[in-house]
Formats: sequence, C-alpha cells, structure tokens
Amino acid sequence: MKFEDNKAIYEQMADRLCDEIIAGTYKTDDRIPSVREYAVMLQVNTNTAVKSYELLAREGIIYIRRGLGYYVSDGAREQIMTARRKAFLSQTLPSLFREMELLGITLEEIGKEWAKPRRQ
Amino acid sequence: MIQANNLTFGYRGSKHNVFDGLSLRLDESRIYGLLGKNGMGKSTLLYLTAGLLKPQKGSITVNGFDAGRRHPEMLQELYLVPEEYDLPDMSLESYTKIHEDFYPRFSREILRKCLSDFEMPGEVDMKQLSMGQKKKVYMSFALATGCRLLLMDEPTNGLDIPSKAGFRKVVAGNMADGSSLIISTHQVHDIEQLLDHILILDNSRLLLDASTEEVMETYSFGIRQPAEMDDTVLYAEPSVQGNHVITRRREGDGETVINLELLFNAVTSGKLK
Repeated sequence: MKFEDNKAIYEQMADRLCDEIIAGTYKTDDRIPSVREYAVMLQVNTNTAVKSYELLAREGIIYIRRGLGYYVSDGAREQIMTARRKAFLSQTLPSLFREMELLGITLEEIGKEWAKPRRQ
Repeated sequence: MIQANNLTFGYRGSKHNVFDGLSLRLDESRIYGLLGKNGMGKSTLLYLTAGLLKPQKGSITVNGFDAGRRHPEMLQELYLVPEEYDLPDMSLESYTKIHEDFYPRFSREILRKCLSDFEMPGEVDMKQLSMGQKKKVYMSFALATGCRLLLMDEPTNGLDIPSKAGFRKVVAGNMADGSSLIISTHQVHDIEQLLDHILILDNSRLLLDASTEEVMETYSFGIRQPAEMDDTVLYAEPSVQGNHVITRRREGDGETVINLELLFNAVTSGKLK
C-alpha cells in the first residue's frame, strides 16, 4: 500500500479495512487480521495499526474478543455506507459542483454520461 | 531505557568534539528514526550506546547500566548492526551455534522467518554473500536475538528495491514486545512509515525530539499551488505538482502523513521551531 493520500496513515488503514468490509471480504462476526498481521502486510509500525483498530473499535465498526482478536460488528457495513454517503454529499459533491460551474457542465450532460454503459 | 546526560565525546586527534553536552532519553517499545546530516554524530551515538566508545565527560546508561562498562547483563539485551562489516568465514548455522547462547531469548524460528521475508535461504555460507545479502543475514540475526534494544546504522543501504519492503515487514512483524529499535539513516523514505519517534541530530544538539504523533498534531503536510501560498506556510519546497508545504495544523483539521524529507529540511534549515 502506498500512502500518498493526504490523510494520516492510521486513518488510511482504517479506510482500507472499511473498504474490505463494504466489499464483503469480512462479514459480520468475521475475524479480521490481527494488528500484527495487518501491520506486516502494509509494512507499518505496529503502534500505527493499533491506532487504526482502536479508531474502528471506538466507532463500533469492529469489536474485540479478549485474547481472540478483532471481529466485524453487526451492522458495520451499513454504518460505513451511511457515513460514506454523508461524506460524499457534504464534501465530494460540493467540490464537483464547483468544478462543473467553472467548466459550464450541465446536469443534462452528466445525465447523458451516466446513461452510457460503464465498465465496473 | 537509554539515558544520556551531558555527553561529551571527541575522536582522538580531532579538534572538534562530536558531542558537547548532549542529553537525551529513549524509552521502551518505540521505533526511533535517528536523522542528521553527515558527520553529525549518528553512528557515534550508536557506538556510545553500545559501549564501543566511551564518553570523555557525562554518562550514558542502558537499562541502568553504564554503557562503557559493557556489563554482560547489558550486552545480552543489546544488538548493533553497523553500517559496514565483515562476516566470518563460516556457515550461518555455525555462527548461530556460537552466538545464540549469549542471548537469553534467541529464537531460531524468528531467524528463519526473517530470512524468508528477505527471500534468503535458511542455510547460507556467509563468506559467499554480497553486501546486501550480508545485511539481510545480520539484520535477521539481530531480530532473532530478541534483544530489548536494537541499533541499526543505515540498515537499508545496499538493499535492492524489494528488500526495502522486506525490511519494513521484518521490523513490523518480528520486534519482540517491549523492545526498541533505533534506526540511523539518510534513506528516510525507506523507513518513514515505521517510526514512532523522530530524532534530528545537529552539532551535538537535538534539533527535533518528538513522537510522530506530536508532529502530526502540530503540523500539516500538503501540496499547495503558488496562488495558495500565504503566511500560514512555515516551510515550502517546489515540486512538479506544486509546492510541498508544512503549515501549522489548524484545530479541527485532520492529521496528515508526515513528509519526513520535508520535515528534515525544514528543521535543519531552522524554519521550524
């Protein structure tokens, strides 16, 4: 993983785990990789991985079973989706609108693009 | 874990002291990045810590032991990987047999695991190795000792491109609990995502002695276009994408990834206080 995005590494690691939960790689009550395993995979300091797991645990996306590890909470996927939708509407969309205004792109044009077949 | 007080040291025959009253304290369970320009005393500090050099004045202790006295109790918990070295003419197996008993928590399992992370065979003849391979063997051995304190001088020098990732994996996965590692290096990009704490050494002073958390809380790192430059910018360097800048982080802003090279240049040029 290359850390280019301008966000703290532990937040990017948390985002990555959230992506995997959305994608269904880890489902409710699945055990996610241990802190150490995740740190090794992404070649970061274990303390950084601890911080990202603590962040997700605080948000209730994962929970800990003492001595066993971290697991995906019930409803984690929906919770992440809700938060991401909110972020899309409040952050991504306004900047997209600004760019559209600047370039004189109309909603109609966007609609046409949207209707074209897309590669997934 | 390491405590240096008023450390004064100069090499014989040299008019200038490397250190004139350096004090510092390093703790357990941390990965330290020891940075500094050439000749600022990074290696000297590692050798003083390992007891290979002795201070002329002041003291340096490791786990309470005076480093220069080289107590066995101290040395069995300390392992130094120097920048350059020759390995003896023998197999790794013989080398391990001779040395493992000096380290109470030595683990052949970790040695095997580190070598495999570095894509090295488990059995090697140490005289036949290239410089990069020697480094991999030596660093694997260092982690296998399970020492409380590991010192590495320019560990990624001479490693090929995939082995630098191998190095980060080896360190992230095999440090014993409670152990600390000090990495002295110029190759900041090789190690920046591993660090807990940054030390920048300059003329026997620590220009920066801060945890990565403190740095992220205090400063923001980013890219700004020329039109966006204002007096919030503390330090800037031009690049193709715009200016790489350091600004004071505003309350409520998210934390950003530390650009260690930019931080180093800002600190050593006196632009960050």
